[in-house]
Amino acid sequence: MKAVWGTLLLLLVSLITVAQAREHIRIVGSSTVFPFAAVLAERFGQSSQFPSPVLEATGSGGGIRFFCSGVGVRSADIVSASRAMTDYELNECAINQVGDVIEIQLGYDALVVANQRLAPELALTRADLYQALARQIPDPDTGLLMANPHRAWQDIRPDLPDMPIRIYGPPPTSGTRDAFVAQVMLPGCRTEPSLVALADQDVELYRQACEMLREDGVFIEAGESDAFIVSRLDTDATALGIFGYSFLKQNADRVKSLSIEGMAATEQSLAKGLYPVIRPLFLYVKASHLGVIPGLDAFVSEVISPQALGQGGYLQARGLIPMTEEVHYRMRQSIEHQMHKAASR
Amino acid sequence: MNNTIDPERLRQRLADARAERLQASLQRRHRKEAVFRGLGLGAVCLALGFLAVLLFTIFSQGMSAFRSSHVQLTLEFDAQRLGDAGSERERLEQYQTWLDEALLRALDAPESRASAVRPLLSAAAVYQVRDRLEDVAARPGGRATLWVLASDEVDLIQTGVVDRAWPEAARSLSDQHLAWIDRLSEAELLERRYNRAFFTGADSREPEVAGIWGAVVGSFLTLVVTLALAFPVGVATAVYLEEFAPRNRLTDLIELNINNLAAVPSIIFGLLGLAIFINTLGMPRSAPLVGGLVLTLITLPTIIIATRSALRAVPNSLRDAATGMGASRLQVTLHHVLPMAMPGILTGTIIGLAQALGETAPLLMIGMVAFIANVPSGFADPATVLPVQIFIWSDSPERAFIAKTSAAIMVLLGFLAVMNLAAVLLRRRFEHRLK
Repeated sequence: MKAVWGTLLLLLVSLITVAQAREHIRIVGSSTVFPFAAVLAERFGQSSQFPSPVLEATGSGGGIRFFCSGVGVRSADIVSASRAMTDYELNECAINQVGDVIEIQLGYDALVVANQRLAPELALTRADLYQALARQIPDPDTGLLMANPHRAWQDIRPDLPDMPIRIYGPPPTSGTRDAFVAQVMLPGCRTEPSLVALADQDVELYRQACEMLREDGVFIEAGESDAFIVSRLDTDATALGIFGYSFLKQNADRVKSLSIEGMAATEQSLAKGLYPVIRPLFLYVKASHLGVIPGLDAFVSEVISPQALGQGGYLQARGLIPMTEEVHYRMRQSIEHQMHKAASR
Repeated sequence: MNNTIDPERLRQRLADARAERLQASLQRRHRKEAVFRGLGLGAVCLALGFLAVLLFTIFSQGMSAFRSSHVQLTLEFDAQRLGDAGSERERLEQYQTWLDEALLRALDAPESRASAVRPLLSAAAVYQVRDRLEDVAARPGGRATLWVLASDEVDLIQTGVVDRAWPEAARSLSDQHLAWIDRLSEAELLERRYNRAFFTGADSREPEVAGIWGAVVGSFLTLVVTLALAFPVGVATAVYLEEFAPRNRLTDLIELNINNLAAVPSIIFGLLGLAIFINTLGMPRSAPLVGGLVLTLITLPTIIIATRSALRAVPNSLRDAATGMGASRLQVTLHHVLPMAMPGILTGTIIGLAQALGETAPLLMIGMVAFIANVPSGFADPATVLPVQIFIWSDSPERAFIAKTSAAIMVLLGFLAVMNLAAVLLRRRFEHRLK
């Protein structure tokens, strides 16, 4: 009984003492950036005297909300995002007096549409994908919106195979889904003259026609798990899947990238910047935490170093598409300048 | 024709008919019983079958994670160079150069570039070299032979998960790399050895160094907090309600609420933990302390309910006898009722803890679902727990994490088995002592 009370007392004491200082950097945010940020965190922990930063995958939106909720040891130091912060979010940060936020672009992530490795090749355009996935498409005769009637790829273009359309992809809460809509559905939408005309009259209706994906079983939401999509494709040769390039890279024996506008996602096409469906990945750092949280300055320096982000850097080996050397150099200059400014204040 | 009824024969016939009816009914009942038994046996077999398939997949996938491929290299150091290196990064670069040189020598491919052979070694090999050779490298002209980790891709080839017969484009290692692997194997420089990192390390993005120890320690710290709070509070609540509290509307209401709490989805407790412990009381995120507090709330109803039924099972004659001997109510409870009920209480507690060991959902809200590359060393350090580690690994793109996931499940199952065994043994011991 004495031991129990002793433990309780110890707990109470630790309760009171732990509440304050924080020794580690705290990163929240996108699950797409998670694997890259984890590599950065781990390398930093190994090659510096600071502990590895702690990473939580909360999704871009949730992470930014937490990041912008205030300053101090109880908030996050860095948020990762698979899209740029919106003005609304920056405003939110300003209202909560977060102060200067330093933007670090890590590089790009490619979105791939893939199928089983042994399945027949399928060369699609973004217009084809729009025709296959949009909930409503314009009637070719009248130009009026109608429920998407396409069931097989052949219905879209006669030279495509007579194969049922079945596509696994991310749910609407996912940043990957937003990127897919922005990079594939919207450009595909612009190939329809009647919809381009609609954009001038009724923006709301236009957005609906372009952004809403089918809910009649052709497009199948697979949760946030890219691993699940890969295993589905492995067992179903007629299905397609939408996910990030890093999963393709690690599962090249099971799935392969389809070509979009004649370009498949391969190491070469990505390095040359030829593959069309890519999105930028970011880290945002609170300038006011620099010099307060131990190791944050050193971590930012590590992140922007050429060994990490540059061509041939260790993040490229993980499937990140690096920026061009010039862009990287300029960003580095600018961030070092901002850090200097934050330090002198 | 004899129309008169012979009473004797009639009685006989009636008796026969009854016996026949009984016989038929007996047969019907026997048949029913056989069907029922068959169904029951079938259900058990089906469940065992599922369990066998599950265990078989986990074990067949996970066994390979307990060993990992290592390469034996002979490194040649020059202490002078290391002394010149100023920062830690420059020192690491120096170690990396020596490591590359040693690998090129081992492969007998001096004309190859270092970047070409690097995919054979783990990205963590350089840290291994640094940690193990700090003193050797300080000697002038140091030289050391040691086993360093091969990359996860090499290990996948060695275990056959990635088939050599696949076309080059479907593999992450080229044909040249395969030839090098063969050369190392022939020279007995490449071996699958005991994977120490798995049992001593924390999480990592490199599958070959990712370890379970960080999560085991996190789970342990969390459960210590849970046990230290849930056991005394739960038992005290149950004892008060069962032995001391008057029966009235208020205690009925409390009882109803406790039973309801046991059925509340665990994520709700996570939200509560976030709102109260982290946002209001300002406790750190991702800490085993907060995790333990939240899991305490989840385990409490289980412990209270189990303790109350254990107390109720103690015969009243025992209480009456003790009271008759002049014992006070507290003495009756502490000296007689509680020891009798102990086996049941302990079983309930351990079942509650086992349930807490498997929780992930509430921990998501308080930041314990996170990538943490350090083994926690206290109740306030960031930590994760075993089921969360399994979840994170299962969702990783690297193929080698599949084996890690299964191996982590095996470790978790092992802990659950040990806890259940402990419950059985403790119960036995207490029952034995009471007799």
